[in-house]
Amino acid sequence: MIKNISNLGDAALYCDFGTEVNKEINSKVIRYFKSIQKENIDGINNLTPSYNKLIISFDLRKKNFQTIKQQIENLNVINDDALESNKIKIPVCCDENFSLDIKRLEEKLQITRDKIYEKFFGKEFFCYMTGFIAGMPFLGDLENELQAKRLETPRVKVPKGSVGLTEQFANVYTFESPGGWNIIGNTPQVIFDSTNENNPNLINPGDVVTFEQITKDQYYNNNE
Amino acid sequence: MNKNYFEIKRAGINTTFQDQGRGNLYHIGIPFSGAMDNRNFQISNKLVGNKVNFPIIEFAYQGPLLKYFGENINFAVTGDVKFIIRKKNNAIEGTCYQSFTLENGDELDIISTNKSVYGYLAVSGEFDVNYQWSSCSVNTKANIGANNGKKIEDGQKIYILNINKNLSDKKLNYINTKIENIRVIQGTNFDYFSDEGKKIFFEKEFVISKLSDRMGMRLEGPKIENIVDTNIKSEGLLKGVIQVPADGNPIIMLSDHGTIGGYPKIGVVISADYDKLVQLTPGSKIKFKKVELADAETLFKLYDLETQNLISQI
Repeated sequence: MIKNISNLGDAALYCDFGTEVNKEINSKVIRYFKSIQKENIDGINNLTPSYNKLIISFDLRKKNFQTIKQQIENLNVINDDALESNKIKIPVCCDENFSLDIKRLEEKLQITRDKIYEKFFGKEFFCYMTGFIAGMPFLGDLENELQAKRLETPRVKVPKGSVGLTEQFANVYTFESPGGWNIIGNTPQVIFDSTNENNPNLINPGDVVTFEQITKDQYYNNNE
Repeated sequence: MNKNYFEIKRAGINTTFQDQGRGNLYHIGIPFSGAMDNRNFQISNKLVGNKVNFPIIEFAYQGPLLKYFGENINFAVTGDVKFIIRKKNNAIEGTCYQSFTLENGDELDIISTNKSVYGYLAVSGEFDVNYQWSSCSVNTKANIGANNGKKIEDGQKIYILNINKNLSDKKLNYINTKIENIRVIQGTNFDYFSDEGKKIFFEKEFVISKLSDRMGMRLEGPKIENIVDTNIKSEGLLKGVIQVPADGNPIIMLSDHGTIGGYPKIGVVISADYDKLVQLTPGSKIKFKKVELADAETLFKLYDLETQNLISQI
């Protein structure tokens, strides 16, 4: 199922599952990721699943590329049915203080903001991966009419909780961070909680996420 | 029982608690973090009689000025660092790779690193810090680790527990060597770059930019031309990965890097050279030398053996 395994530096395997971004390929990546987690292979010290790649880092004091490669080639991979998937609802407020790029998006996409919200809210999105910053989910796929490029000049600070769109993906900024996604709203929901060590991420690869529009009052009451 | 603590009179520029870092969290977006220069981190602990992976204070460029209150304690500084111990009646210029004793009221003034970036301060006791995922390492971006995930600040107190009562002087004869040739393995997108670009990467000098920190090291120099695509579908990153964005200037991922990135990977710094790489200061020149995987594996074994040898000499 892995098309090719090569080395990324001297302490990681680069597993290539293909070049396209779709749910089918990504599900294979996630199955491998979860299977390796389950096997608890000695020496492996990190796994990074993404759209269509899986990077396996190992401790060079204990293992090397060849030994880990062999173990991965002989791995028992769990099947699709064994994949757990949570359904998660994320409340989003699109008040003008939060929807920083809605005007820009209206111009880029040539549709009204109501149409944008209609095509975004209530739709199911698949979580391909999490990362870049802690807990940030990469969700897809947006309809063609919602697909826009990143900002030409990225923001130095995107506020925490911002919900952004770019190309076929949506995400949530779990921390204030630099970033270039088109921001359409903000969620009061905690997406990443570092004090919950067993389960810090609300959204994990393979989960299904639906966004729901809330009012400003509901936004501020959510924190109470 | 008396409390033993440092009062921070001056925090320094980038002073944080670190240890070996935390693994198995890339998939949720958390990098390893941990001491940038692993060898100097381990040596500092051994010089004060600790286990090598105890929490230490890492500083960059200007270090902290700490006033000590409590029973006698030993400390050691590693790296290439200028520091002074101020006692009631005199001041002593400190020496790296050697333990010293602090008495109640003494001040330790870590003035600066010399032509290097990071230095380490270990004490013969345990810093009273909180752990997340079994590590105290501070990641200021996600506010994870000791000190609420923040840098050490002016005026705060740092408590020390379980001071070792058997203070013995320890010393290591060691000088940090600098290297400017950094060895790399070709990256997974090496063929995204033109023949000329590849040649530039391995033959020309680059200068380390001021925009470098625990997350990454930016380089400036001749542009590396991309002939395929200046973006890739976002995928995992590792420390040591060298990405080249559209502007043609390489960026090397360091210990606090973002876990996912979408720029082509031209190369990866070998594990044996990472400790030396992070010590190169802005303005320094750097040159990449190509090595194969098998050589990189051998070079790491040698480097690790040398580190273990140094530790066992203490």
